[in-house]
Amino acid sequence: MKTFFAVGLAAIALVGLGIAVHADEFTKEDAARWQAEYMTRVEAGRALWVSADLGTNGVVCAQCHPNGANTHPETYPKFQQQLGRVIALREMINWCILNPLEGEPLDVQSPEMVAIEAYLAWERRGVELSPGKH
Amino acid sequence: MYDRNLNRRDFLKAAGALAAAGSLPLTSVELAFADPRKNFTFAYISDSHIQHIKGDKFVRNWDRGLIRAVAETNLLQPKPDFVVFGGDLAQLGSKPELDHGMEMLSKLDYKVHGVLGEHDYYLDLGEYWSKLFGDHYSSWDHKGVHFVVLNSILTHDEWTFDRWPTAEQRMSEMAGLDNPNGSPFMVGERQREWLRKDLSRLKKNTPVVVFSHSPIQKIYKGWNFWTDDAEQVQEILKGFDDVTVVYGHVHQIQYNQIGNISFHSVMATAWPWPYPQSYAQAKQYLPKLTIPMNRADPFFERDATGWQMIDMDNGRVALNYNLYDNKNRVVAFNAKSGQPEDSWYQEGERQIPPQTHY
Repeated sequence: MKTFFAVGLAAIALVGLGIAVHADEFTKEDAARWQAEYMTRVEAGRALWVSADLGTNGVVCAQCHPNGANTHPETYPKFQQQLGRVIALREMINWCILNPLEGEPLDVQSPEMVAIEAYLAWERRGVELSPGKH
Repeated sequence: MYDRNLNRRDFLKAAGALAAAGSLPLTSVELAFADPRKNFTFAYISDSHIQHIKGDKFVRNWDRGLIRAVAETNLLQPKPDFVVFGGDLAQLGSKPELDHGMEMLSKLDYKVHGVLGEHDYYLDLGEYWSKLFGDHYSSWDHKGVHFVVLNSILTHDEWTFDRWPTAEQRMSEMAGLDNPNGSPFMVGERQREWLRKDLSRLKKNTPVVVFSHSPIQKIYKGWNFWTDDAEQVQEILKGFDDVTVVYGHVHQIQYNQIGNISFHSVMATAWPWPYPQSYAQAKQYLPKLTIPMNRADPFFERDATGWQMIDMDNGRVALNYNLYDNKNRVVAFNAKSGQPEDSWYQEGERQIPPQTHY
């Protein structure tokens, strides 16, 4: 009984904040707004892609990967044979930051890492998922 | 074989040099052609992108690529008649970068001809580069072949002279391969007129070899694998029986045949680039003739980079790609088919999975 009461209070609080309490009921405008939110991360990711701040030697991601090409986000997670185990793309992003860029790896949950993943996925949009592919 | 007068250090040095020379491509033209005057070799090193960090610090990775190319070129047997440096010696066109690159190139035992790349040019419009290499475009004759260097990385005057508040910004806008603020490369009317005049004194059967930084053909505009007035330059070259264009910029193996003109790209010593087909949003025109190089393995720093020894066979070229961490490749003009062909991979079943780019 106490729990119901708490949920009810929380729902009232959410309504007060203007946040929808019903699942699955969103408008085209909502979807457009959310897509725009995603695109802000794509833009932030692109800015990092050409930024010398990720590393220490001035080298940027785009030097070897113009438009994020040859990063294959659709193939991850995959067995990265040089490391001998299955990894997510973010581990390769950090490998590149550590090695060619001579920088400090990003926290995998950092907004920067999410932005880079958002950018790479955007440049690769339309390509079929092929997890594990080499 | 052991020479007692040779001390241990010298012996090890000589053995090391021999071992390295053993892995270098061997020229075969002396066997193939009767007139030895028309058979010679030259070497081609390109796209070293020497990048200044600060003070006396430069990006180690790119330095190593050029140091290795120079050292191996010096070991070539027979000795090449000259070396061409195919452009983008620097990353951002600065004096420290060009000086540092030139210092490494100066260790070559041969005469070096320079080609201007956009990374050498857009800071001071090639002024300092000229002090090191000479004219932006030029020609010379060597053993019956007419060689031409073009500056193919010019662009619209408005972009070059009026658009950017500083020279540094102009350089950095052009340095980003995928930067939409860049501008298409071109040879330009003035140089085309010079080329027309330069070639007009030649006989139709004189072999002509053109060195440019960008491809004098259109492959993918988004990354400037492209020269905007390519067709007009090709038109000038059309009148000769044997024409070859060798270009850098693309950091990958490409070759093509358009009419009488053979096209060959050279590798970078710095880093490889993906084939444009691996950019899912791009419309591109990689020549059908090209059998791609292997996808680069990033865990091998020098993989998919390298340099070239070029056999000049009676006016046509055979490119021997010396690939540091991969099997070497040879792409040579085949007189029978009238086009450049890979000596090994042209049979479909010989191609291997890393040659699939996506």
